[in-house]
Amino acid sequence: MELTLWTYEGPPHVGAIRIAASMRDVHLVLHAPQGDTYADLLFTMIEREGRRPPVTWTTFQARDLGSSTAEMVIQTLQGVCQRYQPKVLLVAESCTGELLQDQPGALAKGAGLTAPVIPIEMAAYTRKENWGASETFYQLVRGLLASRAPKPGEAPTARAAGAPPSVNLIGPTKLGFRCRDDVTEISRLLECMGVRVNVVAPLGATPHDLLRIPEADANVNLAPEVGDLTCDWLKRQFKQPTINTVPMGWGATRDFITEVAETLGLDVDVDAVGGSRLPWYSRSVDSTYLTGKRVFIFADGTHALAAARMARDEMGFEVVGLGTYSRERARDVRSLASDYGLEALITDDYLAVERAVTELQPELVLGTQMERHIAKRLGIPCAVISTPAHVQDYPARYSPQMGFEGCNVIFDTWVHPLIMGLEEHLLTMFRDDFEFNDAAVPSHLGGEGGGAQQPDNVEPIMPSQTSAVAWAVSAEQELRKIPFFVRGKARRNTEHFAQEHGLSVIDVETLYEAKAHFSR
Amino acid sequence: MSEMIARSEPAPGPNVITERGERAVFCGLTSIIWLHRRIQDAFFLVVGSRTCAHLLQSAAGVMIFAEPRFATAILGERDLAGMADCHEELDRVVSELLARRPDIRRLFLVGSCPSEVIKLDLANAAARLQGVHENRLRISAFSGSGIETTFTQGEDQCLSSMVPDLPVAPDEQLRLMVVGTLADIVEEQFRRHFAQLGIDRVDFFPAARADDLPVVGSGTRILLAQPYLSETVTALCKRGARLIHAPYPLGVEGTLAWFQAAASEWGQSFESVQEALAIPIARAQKALGRVRESLHGRSIHFLPDSQLEIPLARFLRDECGMTLLEVSTPYLDQSLMSEELARLGHTVRLVEGSDLDSALSRVRSHRPDLTVCGMGIANPLEAEGLRTKWSIELLFTPIQGFDQVADLAGLFARPLVRERQLEVGSWS
Repeated sequence: MELTLWTYEGPPHVGAIRIAASMRDVHLVLHAPQGDTYADLLFTMIEREGRRPPVTWTTFQARDLGSSTAEMVIQTLQGVCQRYQPKVLLVAESCTGELLQDQPGALAKGAGLTAPVIPIEMAAYTRKENWGASETFYQLVRGLLASRAPKPGEAPTARAAGAPPSVNLIGPTKLGFRCRDDVTEISRLLECMGVRVNVVAPLGATPHDLLRIPEADANVNLAPEVGDLTCDWLKRQFKQPTINTVPMGWGATRDFITEVAETLGLDVDVDAVGGSRLPWYSRSVDSTYLTGKRVFIFADGTHALAAARMARDEMGFEVVGLGTYSRERARDVRSLASDYGLEALITDDYLAVERAVTELQPELVLGTQMERHIAKRLGIPCAVISTPAHVQDYPARYSPQMGFEGCNVIFDTWVHPLIMGLEEHLLTMFRDDFEFNDAAVPSHLGGEGGGAQQPDNVEPIMPSQTSAVAWAVSAEQELRKIPFFVRGKARRNTEHFAQEHGLSVIDVETLYEAKAHFSR
Repeated sequence: MSEMIARSEPAPGPNVITERGERAVFCGLTSIIWLHRRIQDAFFLVVGSRTCAHLLQSAAGVMIFAEPRFATAILGERDLAGMADCHEELDRVVSELLARRPDIRRLFLVGSCPSEVIKLDLANAAARLQGVHENRLRISAFSGSGIETTFTQGEDQCLSSMVPDLPVAPDEQLRLMVVGTLADIVEEQFRRHFAQLGIDRVDFFPAARADDLPVVGSGTRILLAQPYLSETVTALCKRGARLIHAPYPLGVEGTLAWFQAAASEWGQSFESVQEALAIPIARAQKALGRVRESLHGRSIHFLPDSQLEIPLARFLRDECGMTLLEVSTPYLDQSLMSEELARLGHTVRLVEGSDLDSALSRVRSHRPDLTVCGMGIANPLEAEGLRTKWSIELLFTPIQGFDQVADLAGLFARPLVRERQLEVGSWS
């Protein structure tokens, strides 16, 4: 039993829904109790989908238990075939369905349905959403393509002479982070290289499209959390190589171009494919203030790894914490973290992440919706870089994370929550100025209203209540001279320092001792 | 024939069509979202699966509260293997939780679908834990599972689980207990109105503080603020209370009739109540007048969801001039709804239960001006050019009482006003 306030991933059947909702002509029947249908709103509210996910639920209740739940499965399957006439029918259970042991997959196979059936075992009590998505997509691809794999010793079908090289984009789904725009961006990038995109799946694909997957020269593993398993299987069965570099960040995008070119045997000048404003924006003098900013990163595996590289090598931050909730990617994240001299935080416990952020007091948090909450409570700037995400992270504008435009988008996204370079400089220089300090009322309000100007969403930081350390009046006054956006951190650091050194009263000297202790 | 029956019976029963099929409603766990805002020192610990945790954060406006007073103890495979282990695990989780939240005065252990199916006895666990934490807080259990409860019925289960804790009334004096979650602002207004009517022994259940438990006894008269509280009413009646049959305090007429029903227990005439409340009534009617024109003559279809459908339909037809195409409700308690059904009459198409696909087919063929539905269905209907009002907002917004009448009508008017104002295309 595990105490959970927020969960990073949903249950595995939500992953199955993501696959069905991403595709056309596929329908998912879920054996699940009344209430589990809430999952519809993830798609229709958070992602603003204009169609219901193609999912029908048995929605059994207590009165159905023991007698008729298996019958409900069969009736539901027949009703779905009649009403929706899917090309492929997926059958799975939610956590409660699993406990009933009705075996809906077997029931479906025996029900004489018009649509081909692919049952998915969900393992609801050990697995989670991304695993469910990965497994469902894999079973779907395998179910459709297994009989078409070349026999041992048989060569895969060669590309027709004169046809352009082509790849599949594997892994993007509904409710993924910016998948819609990443597919567009990477398709454009590949087009610039003279590479055709054969199939994008599951996002936007039909079962018929999946049958065309073997026609491509290689698979781009664009969202490894979902695509890993399928790419591996295609590599084994159809001898299709996998392109594993995720093109997120300037360096990674260039590496991706190189890997595509090498895999497909193309002669490509990386500089000619495209460029980003990120390198120059990062080198321009205003960005000097970004140097060494302490950044905490927590995301799904793919976004955490990409963000760490970008943060250090492309933004000039210092990565002080790196972690992921994707246990499947733990090894990769651990290995990168150790390159950075860090111990990776591999957990799906929101409280453990909160503790880590509180302890590290970073200057910027790059995380999910959960870290946004943590950062908000601690008064630390934050940008969302990964699912789980809120409705605002499914923006109307074109906003990819991948490719060269993705670099531009990410530069802006990470820099905007911070106080700008010049602004920070001025605030420090003029902090004692009577019109410039944070308690001053804005002049345009003519002395009425206003009060302390605080950035949005930052709660006033109170002294930690457990602290047994007292502040001398002089130290308290000195503390007020510190700009408000770092004052909370200064207060906590100083108290921490005082406690560690067994001091019961903080005076001005203690404040500066602590400053020296914590300064880089 | 039906007319003959109607004449021979004083109050004709409604013609209720029963449907069975796919249900697109939340489970009772969703009630936690408004209950934990109402009972401000209570914590709700769901014993369930990752699905339960995911539902709560998805339904809670997607994580608007940074430090929520609800959480899920997620059952793992180890827990499913042996029951003895489960209770030890629960004790550990509860201790962990209480260490983190010393401010909590009441803990609810909330049952879920998986905990019901594996027959985990949470009432027993609550009693045992109460022994351990006797002087710290109260611990009780209720079920919010989807196999036992639909959406708002979670509140019914929660409140009925608290009834045994209510102190025995010291005397048999007449006292009023308003039952059902209300916003603080509505409670304040109602207290003022009851004072104007000379009814001074009034309790609200649940109260904002978990320790503020109203007394109950043979002098207690129950006045329901929410229509979905069947089990709570039964439990209170077993303790000597009596239910006042009334419509629900939605709309000017509903609110007035609600106060009149209560006041008549105190021997007051309907006219005297109308006189005493003349000022708020006039204010409400004036405010409603401005919104009514957006709704008048427009048609509405209720998909089954919150169990508020019948009183809302009555208000929208009688006071706002809307046409009722269909009123569906997940469950119909004819006793608690008797006053509303009498007002609604038997010409309205009334459906109990749900068969989602056929209900949506009817919506598509009738094309109502407005469809009231759950959150998951709203955008897909909007994309088909149908205007919607998602029903969960009706549970989060103060809508009861005179001074909220115009706000209530406004919730339904806004999508229609918006449609007239927008000059853009739709989903593609």
